[in-house]
Amino acid sequence: MSARPGERQKPKIATVSLAGCFGCHMSILDIDERILDLAKVVEFSRSPINDLKKFDGRCAVGIVEGGCANEENVEVLREFRRKCDILVSLGDCATMGGIPALRNSIPLSECLETAYLDGPTVVNPLGRIPSDEEIPLLLDKVYPCHEIVKIDLFLPGCPPSAEAIFSALTGILGKSRPDLPYELLKYD
Amino acid sequence: MSGPVTILIDGVEVSARPGQTILDAADEAGIYIPRLCHLPGLAPFGSCRVCTVTANGRPCASCTTPVTPGMIVENDTERLREMRRQIVEMLFSEGNHFCMFCEKSGNCELQAMAYRLGIPASRYPGIWPVRDVDSTHPDILIDRNRCILCGRCVRASRDVDGKQVFGFVGRGHGKRIAVLGDARLRDSGVDVTDAAIDVCPVGAILRKGTAFRVPIGQRRFDKEPIGADIEARKEKP
Repeated sequence: MSARPGERQKPKIATVSLAGCFGCHMSILDIDERILDLAKVVEFSRSPINDLKKFDGRCAVGIVEGGCANEENVEVLREFRRKCDILVSLGDCATMGGIPALRNSIPLSECLETAYLDGPTVVNPLGRIPSDEEIPLLLDKVYPCHEIVKIDLFLPGCPPSAEAIFSALTGILGKSRPDLPYELLKYD
Repeated sequence: MSGPVTILIDGVEVSARPGQTILDAADEAGIYIPRLCHLPGLAPFGSCRVCTVTANGRPCASCTTPVTPGMIVENDTERLREMRRQIVEMLFSEGNHFCMFCEKSGNCELQAMAYRLGIPASRYPGIWPVRDVDSTHPDILIDRNRCILCGRCVRASRDVDGKQVFGFVGRGHGKRIAVLGDARLRDSGVDVTDAAIDVCPVGAILRKGTAFRVPIGQRRFDKEPIGADIEARKEKP
């Protein structure tokens, strides 16, 4: 939906889930009917919420769920940084690696061998570890987003509560620094 | 011993007994100095440095520094808060802290300290060390991934339980809590009623079968920040 001539263009929000579980996006939806208030003042650009796959212009806010586990995650995150004014790390995976980072103390080759060759439930007659240029290469470790690009705001939590997301978003859009009150800053 | 001495903490006059530490005097006056390794009832240890204040301009661990008459202490200044944030963030980066599934979450002093200091994420890259878990004991487990080497279990086992089950071995990144040098918990003589099991500030030493009994929202630090109990002692003006 583009603005009609003369109408002031609404700021855009883009969201994405990298190495995450979409739980943080569920929490975005958990702001319930307030999403209608949000829709009055913003427009969604690239996001799983409207299923838009590509940016349709510069965004005021980019919300990133999940950390970086593979080269595609890194590329998407860098594109978000280029195209968004304020970039938000949403949830524990984005802020510290989260559950995917459990593999960080295990060498990558060992992870792949367990997943595709030696694991107790593996059925893999060819005995090959998938390797194709269509499949994004895994990174050696899972990285929080701020180790790849500059992040402007962190919203930890697994997932961050709808309250935390809504109060942060209204803070950003109101151009104030959205400091979370004590009850909303949580790591679980 | 002579009579009480007066010190100034952030401009507030606090009465202290000679020989008392800055932290104990502040506690009695209802002034909270953030700390992780210190626990009343255990010998001061001075290892975590979160309780660092300046005394007459010089940084020191308030849990091990005795008061002197007229001492001028700075505690709640932005410079010290920032230093404490850095220490806590380093503790998070140094271990493997997964709050989202840790059964201590909500009751964890490390997590609560991060909340109180307003840390949304550690600025330091994770080290992701390889640490081991000992779950050989029927009632107790030790998960070294979460250990912050505060030494509370070492002191409680030695001084309260009289057992010396826990001790430090190694140096630097290799430093860890050992059970009787290199035994398993099962063979250690540690008991589920030992004080050493209760004092762990994080989820490193846990009682089995007690997890997630308290619902989210009612846990120790869900509503009240760490230190609120000490601040509640402050006399109302």
